[in-house]
Amino acid sequence: MVSIVLPRLISFEGAPRRAASVAERNVAALKSAYWVVLISGFFEPMLYLLSIGVGVGELVGDLTLPSGTVVSYAAFVAPAMLAASAMSGALAETTFNFFGKMKYMKLYDGILATPVQPFEIALGELGWAMLRGSLYSAAFLAVMVGLDLTSGIRALVAFPAAVLVGFAFGGLGMALSTFMRSWQDFDLMGSAQFALFLFSGTFVPAEAYPSVLRWVVEVTPLYRAVHLVRGITVEGGGWGELVDVLYLVAVTALGLVVAGRRMGRLLCK
Amino acid sequence: MVEPVTRDGILIQARGLVKRFGDFTAVDGIDVDVRAGEAFGFLGPNGAGKSSTMRMVGCVSPPTDGELQIMGMDPRRDGPAIRARLGVCPQLDNLDPELTVRENLTTYARYFGIPRRVARERAAELLDFVQLAERAGSKVEPLSGGMKRRLTIARAMVNEPDIVLLDEPTTGLDPQARHLVWERLFRLKQQGVTLVLTTHYMDEAEQLCDRLVVMDGGRIVAEGSPRTLIERYSTREVVELRFAGETQEAFAGKLDGLAERIEVLPDRILLYVTDGDGAVAEVHARALTPASVLVRRSSLEDVFLHLTGRTLVD
Ligand SMILES: Nc1ncnc2c1ncn2[C@@H]1O[C@H](COP(=O)(O)OP(=O)(O)O)[C@@H](O)[C@H]1O
Ligand SMILES: [Mg+2]
Repeated sequence: MVSIVLPRLISFEGAPRRAASVAERNVAALKSAYWVVLISGFFEPMLYLLSIGVGVGELVGDLTLPSGTVVSYAAFVAPAMLAASAMSGALAETTFNFFGKMKYMKLYDGILATPVQPFEIALGELGWAMLRGSLYSAAFLAVMVGLDLTSGIRALVAFPAAVLVGFAFGGLGMALSTFMRSWQDFDLMGSAQFALFLFSGTFVPAEAYPSVLRWVVEVTPLYRAVHLVRGITVEGGGWGELVDVLYLVAVTALGLVVAGRRMGRLLCK
Repeated sequence: MVEPVTRDGILIQARGLVKRFGDFTAVDGIDVDVRAGEAFGFLGPNGAGKSSTMRMVGCVSPPTDGELQIMGMDPRRDGPAIRARLGVCPQLDNLDPELTVRENLTTYARYFGIPRRVARERAAELLDFVQLAERAGSKVEPLSGGMKRRLTIARAMVNEPDIVLLDEPTTGLDPQARHLVWERLFRLKQQGVTLVLTTHYMDEAEQLCDRLVVMDGGRIVAEGSPRTLIERYSTREVVELRFAGETQEAFAGKLDGLAERIEVLPDRILLYVTDGDGAVAEVHARALTPASVLVRRSSLEDVFLHLTGRTLVD
């Protein structure tokens, strides 16, 4: 009996450690060229913030939110940029990089010959992606505080929210990647990502959309992400954001489980 | 540490093991026993089902049917615990191209939960063992095929495995590189490591394997030590005759009664005999003048040809 139960127990207990060893591999693979990628990932949302938030904000002036709060356009757009950058950072790592490692580098074939299991690879890769994403989010929030677009306290609360957004999109991206057949399929995903970026209450309040469209928008993940982060940086957060948190946690879990299952099916034939 | 639960020192036991891909049956009900400390081989041509079998044993491919026990454990349930004690050298190298030679070993050790310090020590020892110490800081890409193969073998040793699985360890290597790999594998065997390897080279099987099974079309067609297989299915010596002209067939009829068995291949005729030189003298006595004559000892290739009517490497 013991010999039957014990290996299971060990394999379960080792899961976080094994996932960490996958993340650790990425640290070893970090080479000087990577810093270029790292820095560009930070500047892109910053440029959006400055050009649209500050530039366009000059023309638009202040906005009155449904709750009655009046905000500058820059303060309105900044949290959306933060959520969008958490999304694109997580997606970049978990789609292109993940797919390349799985299909072309055959990296996971090697790893799966060790005690590491598919789900643990997914978890490790996502954890790694989030380490990088968290750096971006922290830097972006610091800039927001510096530009007086939110307060220090709110920025501290918004930080884990932004990390959660990254986790959700990372899990989603990884799950989607396991369905991709070639690089061409990623073009479709890029378009979907851009549509989300434009229509998730990013640049205009979702209340401005016709009601049918609004309903569609409100169930998309980026809308929930923007709603969460904006709710915190603009209004300090409240129970209204609980739905967003639950939604994003569910997406993360679903993404990881689907990714792990699909990887098992693809690689352990 | 879970001790191996094995009967009579049997580390791998398969009964009626089957692997199907859709409608296609790649492994068609094989029985195998691999004992601790032996070097066990799967010999067969491409498509025989060797890799499919190795992947099932490596717990990265679930069996479709049949029983498989590895170190007394069930791959379907105890995959991670079994893989913790296996070393795997897959048919195609899947080294990490973003890491250096040394990092390939230390990082791989971490997947097994080996502490960093120990990983570094083992990496250094293993790089010495496979003669790659000078390339420790190099990326993997510029390495030659033989070097990559050796690095993959070193990687398979990083967890000090009880069983090492080697899928075609020397395919595609030049003769020198092959001999170096053989020599290293022989040393592992001497250290008491259980080796399971696949090959379609008879000389490799003869050199390395204590015992082997011959596979064809997903089935085992013979098993035993290289010597007993040759004794059972072949003769002591083989005479290879090549006749000038379009077909060898025309000459086959004139060789009646010269050998225990005659095999006619597109480019040559094989005479299975006890006394090769005697047979050659007899050929000449019949006024036949082959363009070339070769007398050699019988090999596993002949065993395979006898069992299946085909050669191993086409
Ligand atoms: N993943 C797979 N999907 C479908 N067919 C496969 C797969 N892997 C192997 N096969 C088929 O199974 C047969 C046996 O393959 P394999 O085990 O690789 O043989 P070997 O290693 O002896 O050359 C081959 O005909 C091969 O095409
Ligand atoms: Mg093969």
